[in-house]
Amino acid sequence: TNKSLSYFAAGRTTMEYLIGMKFNNFVLLSHDNNGGRDILVMKQDQQKFFILDEYAGMVVSGEAGDTVYFSEFIQKNVVLYRIRNGYSMSPSAAANYTRHELAEALRQKVNIVNLLLGGYDKTSNTPSLYFMDYLGTLAEVPYGSHGYGSYFTYSLLDRLHRPDMTQVEAEDLLLKCVVELQKRFAINLPSFSYYFVDQNGFGEKKVLTVPPPPLTTARAFHPAAVEVME
Amino acid sequence: MADVGAGKYDSALTVFSPDGHLFQVEYAQEAVKKGSTAVAVRGKDTVVLAVEKRALAKLQDARTVRKICSLDDHVCLAFAGLTADARVLVNKGRLECQSHRLTVEDPVTVEYITRYVAKVCQRYTQRSGARPFGVSFLVVGFDQGIPKLYQTEPAGTYHEWKANATGRNAKTVREFLEKYYTEESIQTRDEAIILAVRGLLEVVQSGSKNIELAVIEKGKKIEFLDTDQIEKYIQHIEKVREEEAEKKKKKPHP
Repeated sequence: TNKSLSYFAAGRTTMEYLIGMKFNNFVLLSHDNNGGRDILVMKQDQQKFFILDEYAGMVVSGEAGDTVYFSEFIQKNVVLYRIRNGYSMSPSAAANYTRHELAEALRQKVNIVNLLLGGYDKTSNTPSLYFMDYLGTLAEVPYGSHGYGSYFTYSLLDRLHRPDMTQVEAEDLLLKCVVELQKRFAINLPSFSYYFVDQNGFGEKKVLTVPPPPLTTARAFHPAAVEVME
Repeated sequence: MADVGAGKYDSALTVFSPDGHLFQVEYAQEAVKKGSTAVAVRGKDTVVLAVEKRALAKLQDARTVRKICSLDDHVCLAFAGLTADARVLVNKGRLECQSHRLTVEDPVTVEYITRYVAKVCQRYTQRSGARPFGVSFLVVGFDQGIPKLYQTEPAGTYHEWKANATGRNAKTVREFLEKYYTEESIQTRDEAIILAVRGLLEVVQSGSKNIELAVIEKGKKIEFLDTDQIEKYIQHIEKVREEEAEKKKKKPHP
């Protein structure tokens, strides 16, 4: 019926962009900083990252409100697990728990929440990255992405991602993805936040700002326009 | 048909006696008095919980007997009484701590969570088909850097304390604390721990394997002391005791 089709289509892609990459000793998670509705950008420093416990965290996109509500709920339950049991949920446990709650929530209401969960398992000393979408899909992946932007960046990751990259090389790869978005994606995403998680847990939030791409043909700006912009 | 079974649980178990007592609640308090002793001391920038560890059976694993539980990263408690009852309340307390964080984006205050647990205890003194909880809690933590200690009782009451004990021989320990708790005696972390251990040693057989100890210092996480660390404090206490005994001997009689 029309209604079920619209649910299926509703959260398939959004203008928000999430990306995650797994490497031998760490995971990189990143999200765009745009916060807004449809065509309006309300803020350029929107928080889309939720730390679950010291060694697991997720970047989230989707329906406004659903995302924060769901993420905070998962956050608090992951902490409760630690308080109750004396040890943290492993990233794998946290991912499967999150997927279960996603599936449960979807069967109660329309719940459009897409996410990438990255973590470092201290017992097995391995990093892991999980792709989850609003339907309750769960997949462990070497790299993953959400949003329209993902159409532009998967090919880059396919070609350039290597598990043995260093953090600097990973940052560089992220930069390449983001520059590609600025060049080919119609929605303007100039600013991104990214996080590393490794054996020491999550590092500080880092911000990456990308200038608009250079014009392909030589062109002089209209002086009046330059004046207004400056 | 469905009502017939429900009728069995209709009558309240906790009812007033003719002279105004709630005997079930008082019996619950008796259950608490049978439990192993727990002591708590509120220092200047420290809170200490010390609990008597009953002698274990030979084949039993020591790690599974935990009488000090954390409710959240900044609040923990010790209890005396029915362990299983305590487990239920601790679980509710832990859930409430996270629920509070979810709804108001703030960690609980020690008073809030104590009040919550006490409220649950009280509810069960006024419920049909259920008995009161036979547990008394000593809840410690920090509110905005200020150390706090509260005690709850099976009746559902709670009070703030500077230092207190509950369980077996609590009265003896409390009298000791009343005598030796001064502002000077609890200035540092070590002093607060020593006071708690001395209090517990009044009623517990000396030995670090009979004591379980947890400390929260201002701004730090809950720390459980291991046997060696506790042993050091006990040795210090015994040394001081011997020195005092020596001094008394040498003192000339008036």
